[in-house]
Amino acid sequence: LAPWIPVVGLEIHAQISSNSKLFSGSQVQFAAPPNSLVSFFDASLPGTLPVLNRRCVEAAVMTGLALNCSINKKSLFDRKHYFYADLPAGYQITQQRVPIAVNGSLSYSLCIDNKMSQMVTKTVRIKQIQLEQDSGKSLHDDTRCQTLVDLNRAGVGLMEVVMEPDMCCGEEAAAAVRELQLILQTLGSSQAVMAEGQLRVDANVSVHHPGEPYGVRTEVKNINSIRFLAKAVDYEIQRQIEELENGGTILNETRAFDSRLGCTVPMRDKEGKQDYRFMPEPNLPPLILYDAKSLPANINHQQVINIDWIHERLPDLPSVKREKLVEQYGILPEHSFTLLNEDGLAEFFESVVKQTQMKPKKVIGWILNDLLSYLKQHSLTVKESPVTSFLLADLLNLLEKKEISSTAAKRVFAELWKGEGKTPLEIVKEQKLELLQDQKELEQICQAVIDGQENE
Amino acid sequence: QKVSVEVLDHLEHLALVDFRDSEGVERLQKAIEFADQLHEVNTDGVEPMDSVLEDRCLYLREDDVTEGNCTKELLENAREKVEEYFVAPPGNIPLPKLEE
Repeated sequence: LAPWIPVVGLEIHAQISSNSKLFSGSQVQFAAPPNSLVSFFDASLPGTLPVLNRRCVEAAVMTGLALNCSINKKSLFDRKHYFYADLPAGYQITQQRVPIAVNGSLSYSLCIDNKMSQMVTKTVRIKQIQLEQDSGKSLHDDTRCQTLVDLNRAGVGLMEVVMEPDMCCGEEAAAAVRELQLILQTLGSSQAVMAEGQLRVDANVSVHHPGEPYGVRTEVKNINSIRFLAKAVDYEIQRQIEELENGGTILNETRAFDSRLGCTVPMRDKEGKQDYRFMPEPNLPPLILYDAKSLPANINHQQVINIDWIHERLPDLPSVKREKLVEQYGILPEHSFTLLNEDGLAEFFESVVKQTQMKPKKVIGWILNDLLSYLKQHSLTVKESPVTSFLLADLLNLLEKKEISSTAAKRVFAELWKGEGKTPLEIVKEQKLELLQDQKELEQICQAVIDGQENE
Repeated sequence: QKVSVEVLDHLEHLALVDFRDSEGVERLQKAIEFADQLHEVNTDGVEPMDSVLEDRCLYLREDDVTEGNCTKELLENAREKVEEYFVAPPGNIPLPKLEE
């Protein structure tokens, strides 16, 4: 049987972290009474016009720069038409012809063979990043055969990040999205929490034989976590391979991932090929961005976005942070990945290192093996840890000064975890875990044991 | 060149317009012929203008919350509502296909 090459591309929608919406002044907030965060424009009442939010443009520029894109100094807005109850205008304002950023790349790392010790770096090309509006939310009430519509989300700014089909499996897709998530969170351009719908991923999957043209692709939607993304992609690859090996064909369709059953199913409401009738958004002139060279002389600073100014102020991206951790503390690259993968863990580690004489290379073991496993066992975040960096540093100092053994230290750690407010020293005294240093005392004990043996 | 039934059907679905009778279709056809006159102009090497606003400045708004909180007013327009939600049919209701 000839081998199959799976091909995976991703379309990622990241909600922009801003106070107000992309084209209106209503608030952006996750949970709020239905239709309370909706302006007349968001409800598409006649006579209203879109007014572009500066912060959303900056967020898109930051993200484009972080992903090594070319920023288009002139980009355009378009209307994408389709009918749905949660799209009151009957069209979405997006950037179809000339998006704000193009031709970037994202590097991500994978562990080979599930061993953290061997990591390989891969790259996925970023086709483009475009600004667009989010739609409202539909709640399906099947019993009463109706849909309830909440427009709070309608008009919230989105960045659509299109990743080229450079990935080949669920693991790669998941790793790429995880890295993008970390980048967005570091930039602050999106909080990218998938559970709150701030990061939504659609996967495009196809398979083909080497040397042959790409196969028909399907689009997989309704993926609610990074774990499910990997599952959905791998399932769809398998499904397509089995279908083709059994002589079937793949339809160019949209499928939904069913997380309960772990499979993809055709989506019913997609009526054939959509004709979106793209047209230029007549109410918005082109979006012009500047850099240091092209900045006009007499300008109103509030009305101008300077790409170079934004570039200079970009924070250290995760990849740079990891390198710095490895260089500064002598830890392994895979350690730096784990540190950044857990919110607040890198800061915790650095805080402990500052407060202890123990070498960072030894501290890291305590952070990754002890602290992290306890956190995972109890489903706690670093912020919620009953063991603070101060307490851990205190404990490690006792160990470093050889006042306790490492076995004893582990016991103290377990006790600290109870969060009863005792210091490491107090626990050591309570449980009599001190290492004896006194030569005479040790001799006496040994002698007593030997004497005891002789008497038997 | 006549507009085919398939195209008419497609247009009616996309734009929710109703060409109704043969007079409507005639009018559509005449409108297309009228617009086709644009093809007589040689536009080689001319950058398309897609908006008369192309030389205008796109105004950038500060990221402040200035609107919203008008649930009651918005819902006044709704024929049906359920606890501050708008009510819609369960999905798009497919238009019947044209017979002719």
